[in-house]
Amino acid sequence: MNFLHYWRAMSGIIGRELWRFITQRERFISALVRPLIWLFVFAAGFRAALGLAITPPYETYILYEVYITPGLIGMIQLFNGMQSSLSMVYDREMGSMRILMVCPLPRWFLLLSKLLAGTFVSILQVYVFLAIAWFYDIHAPWQGYLWIMPTLMLSGLMLGALGLLMSSFIKQLENFAGVMNFVIFPMFFMSTALYPLWKMKESSALLANLAEYNPFSQAVELIRFALYGQFDQQAFFYTLGAFMVFMAAAIVGYNPSKGMMSKKGGA
Amino acid sequence: MGRSGKTMNTKTPSALCIEQLSYAYSGKKALDQVSFTIQPGECTLLLGPNGAGKSTLFSLITRLYDSRDGQISLCGYDIKRQTQLALAKLGVVFQQSTLDMDLTVMQNLLYHTALHGIARKVALPRIQQELERLNMFDRRFEKIRQLNGGHRRRVEIARALLHKPALLLLDEPTVGLDVPSRLAIVDYVHQLAVEENLAVLWASHLIDEIYPDDHLVVLHKGSVKANGSVSEVLATTKCASIKEAFYNLTQGETS
Repeated sequence: MNFLHYWRAMSGIIGRELWRFITQRERFISALVRPLIWLFVFAAGFRAALGLAITPPYETYILYEVYITPGLIGMIQLFNGMQSSLSMVYDREMGSMRILMVCPLPRWFLLLSKLLAGTFVSILQVYVFLAIAWFYDIHAPWQGYLWIMPTLMLSGLMLGALGLLMSSFIKQLENFAGVMNFVIFPMFFMSTALYPLWKMKESSALLANLAEYNPFSQAVELIRFALYGQFDQQAFFYTLGAFMVFMAAAIVGYNPSKGMMSKKGGA
Repeated sequence: MGRSGKTMNTKTPSALCIEQLSYAYSGKKALDQVSFTIQPGECTLLLGPNGAGKSTLFSLITRLYDSRDGQISLCGYDIKRQTQLALAKLGVVFQQSTLDMDLTVMQNLLYHTALHGIARKVALPRIQQELERLNMFDRRFEKIRQLNGGHRRRVEIARALLHKPALLLLDEPTVGLDVPSRLAIVDYVHQLAVEENLAVLWASHLIDEIYPDDHLVVLHKGSVKANGSVSEVLATTKCASIKEAFYNLTQGETS
C-alpha cells in the first residue's frame, strides 16, 4: 500500500477531529472549565492545608497552584483520552466507527490515527489552559512551554490508548459511566497530580506505592519536569512502556478474530 | 444454492462469493452454512425477517466480525487474508446513518475520500458527479443535520460510490423513509447495477423493493432458504408471487 494513502487517511482523521472540537464550542468550554475550577477554587482553598517542601524540579518554595498545574494538565489529557474513547463507543453504536473500520487500511493504523487525533485535541486544550493560568500568575520558563509539547504527545497517546483499550471492552455506552468511576477517579486521586509522593508516604505507605506505579503519576511527573526544562528519564520510559502495552492490548481488542468484538452480540 | 462457488475458477471472479459460512454468538447459531455468489451488474436482494442473520452476514462481509467457518471473497480477494484489497472493492451503506451530523455534505464526502487515499483533485470531480446524479450537488455546503432522511440516504449512497467499488452493500437503506424517497432510492440503485456494472447486495424485508430481474437470496434463521432469480424462486416454491413465496419460506420453520 502506498505511503500517500496512509498520509491522506491520517490527515483526514486528525483534521476531522480538530474541526469537530473547534466547532463544538460547548465541548471546548467544558473541557477548560474543569481544570480551571480545580485551579481557581480547589487549589486556592487547599493551599493552606498543604505545606510543600522544595522538591525537584522546583528550586524555591512554590504555591500549591503551581504544584498542581502539571497535574491538571494530566487531568485534561486523562479526561480527553476517556472522552475520545467514549466517543468511540458512541461512534460504534451509531455506526460511524464502522465507516472507519471498513476503509482499506490496517486496523492498527486507523486506531493510531484516531488516537493521534485525540491527542492533538488535548494538546490544544492544554495550551489554552496554560495561557489562562499564565494570567493567574502561574509562569514556567518559556522553554518549558516548548519542552512539554513532545511530552504531551506521549502522555496524551498513553492516556488515549488506555481509553481506547477500555472502549474495546465496553459493549454499551451506559456501561461507560461505571468505568469512568472505576478508572478516572482512582487514577487521578491515586497519583502525584494533587499531592507529592513524600507527603502521601506520611499518611499511607501503600497509597504512596500505588501512586508511584500509577502510569498517570508517571505521565504527570514527565510533564512537571518538562515544564521546567528537565527530562525525567524514568517517567519517560514508564509512560512509553505503558503506552505500548495499552496500545497493543487495544489493537488486540479491536481485532475481529481475537478481540472482544467477536464476543459481542451487537456493535 | 447451485450457484455457490461455481465462478471461482473463471476469469472474472464474482463480485462477492460466500462459501459455507457459519457464525455463532456464544453457542447460538446466527448463520449456518450460508453460500451464494453475486456477479458484477447483478442486483441481489437479501430477504429475511428480523433476526434472520442479515446483519450478522453484513458484519462478516465488512469484517467487523471474523468468521472461523467458511470463506468470503470480494472480487477474488479473500476477506481474511487480503483484507485491504478486498475492502477497497467494497462500498457500504449501513442501516443506521453513519454521517457526521455537524459536518457539511462536502466535508463528510472528503473525509471518506481521504480514508480511501483519493487525492483531493481526483475526489472533487467525483463528488460532483455522484452528487449531481442524485440531485444533491446544490446542497453540498449544508450540514447533514439540515437534510431530511431521504437526502441523507442519498449522500450515503453517493459516499459509498466515491472510491468506485465493485460491490455495493446496503443494509435496509430505506428504513424510515417516506414512499417517494424509498422508491427513488430503489430505482437509483437498480439503475446503478445496470449502468455501472455494479454488483449490489441489498438487505431488506420489504417485498416491493424487488425488481423482476433481481437475484434473490432468502435467509431465515441463519440459513439460505432460496437462492436464484425471481422466476427460479417462484418456480421452486410453486408460488404465484414473491410475497407468497417469502411467506412460505419463512413461516413455520423450526431450524
